[in-house]
Amino acid sequence: MSYSLSELVRPLIFYLLSFITLGSAIMVVVKRNIFHSALFLILSFFGVAALFITLDAEFLAAVQVLVYIGAIAILILFAIMLTRRISDPLVRQTTRSYILGAFVGALLLFFLIFALLQLSPTTPYAPQTVQGGDATYPLGELLMTNYLIPFEVISVLLVAALIGAIILARREKRTGKRGEKR
Amino acid sequence: MFSDYAVVGITIIVSLGFVAVAIVSAWLVRPKRPSKLKQSTYECGEKPVGSGWVQYNVRFYLFALAFVVFDVEIIFLFAWAVVFKDLGIFGLIEMAVFIFILLFGLIWAWRKGALKWV
Repeated sequence: MSYSLSELVRPLIFYLLSFITLGSAIMVVVKRNIFHSALFLILSFFGVAALFITLDAEFLAAVQVLVYIGAIAILILFAIMLTRRISDPLVRQTTRSYILGAFVGALLLFFLIFALLQLSPTTPYAPQTVQGGDATYPLGELLMTNYLIPFEVISVLLVAALIGAIILARREKRTGKRGEKR
Repeated sequence: MFSDYAVVGITIIVSLGFVAVAIVSAWLVRPKRPSKLKQSTYECGEKPVGSGWVQYNVRFYLFALAFVVFDVEIIFLFAWAVVFKDLGIFGLIEMAVFIFILLFGLIWAWRKGALKWV
C-alpha cells in the first residue's frame, strides 16, 4: 500500500467512522425501544474504538472494546432486561418535563459553544503519537515503575468496588422482592 | 500501526456483505406465502410461550457487576503483559500483588455466597 493512498483514504475512514459513531449516538436517543437504543450505544462505542485505532491509540481502543462494550454496555443491557416493564417493548423514553429538558440542553449547548470559542482553532504543535506507534509499551513501563504504588492501589479500589456492588445488590434483594420469572 | 487494522476493516466489510448477499438473494428467490404459524417466533420447533420480553432475574446483575471489576483488571494485565519480558521477576511480583488483592475480593465474594445461584 503506497503512502499517498493511505493519506488519501485516512480522512475518508475518519468521516465514515464519525458518521457511524454520531449516527448511532443519535439513534440511541431517537429509538422508541430502549433495548434497541442500548444496541445502538454498543455500535457507537465501536465507532469510538475504531477512531482510537486511526489515532494509533491501540490500548485505548482495547479499553474501549473491553470495558465499554464488554462490561458497561452489558451492564446497561442487563439493567434494561431487569426492569419490570420490559414486557412492554415501548417503554416510555421521553420525559414529561420536556421544557426543563430543553432548557438544560440549551444551557449545555450554550456553555459548549462558549468553551469552544475560547479555543484557538490552530495550534503550533503538531499532533504526536509515541514514536514507533505502539504506545502500550511505554504505558505499561510507567505503570510498573514510576506509578507502581497507584497501580497497586487500583486493585484495592477494584476490590472496594466489588464489595460495594455486592453489598448494594444484596441489600436490594432482601428489601424488595422483585418479580422473578426466570 | 493504523494500517495493521486494514484487515479488520476488510473483514467487517466482507462479513456485512456476506450477510447482505445471503439475505437479499434469499428474499429474491423464496416464495412469499406468510401464515400466522410461519410468522410466530421460532423457538427450536416448540410453540412459543408468552412474550420474549421477560424480566430477567436480578441475580444476573450481580454477576455482571463482579464481571466489570475483573474486566478492568484485564486492562491492566494487558499493559503489564507488554512489558513483562523486560521487567522479569520484579514485574511478576508486582502483578502477583495486584492479583492477590483482587483474589482477596473474589474469596470474600465467594464466602459471602455472591457467586452462588439461589
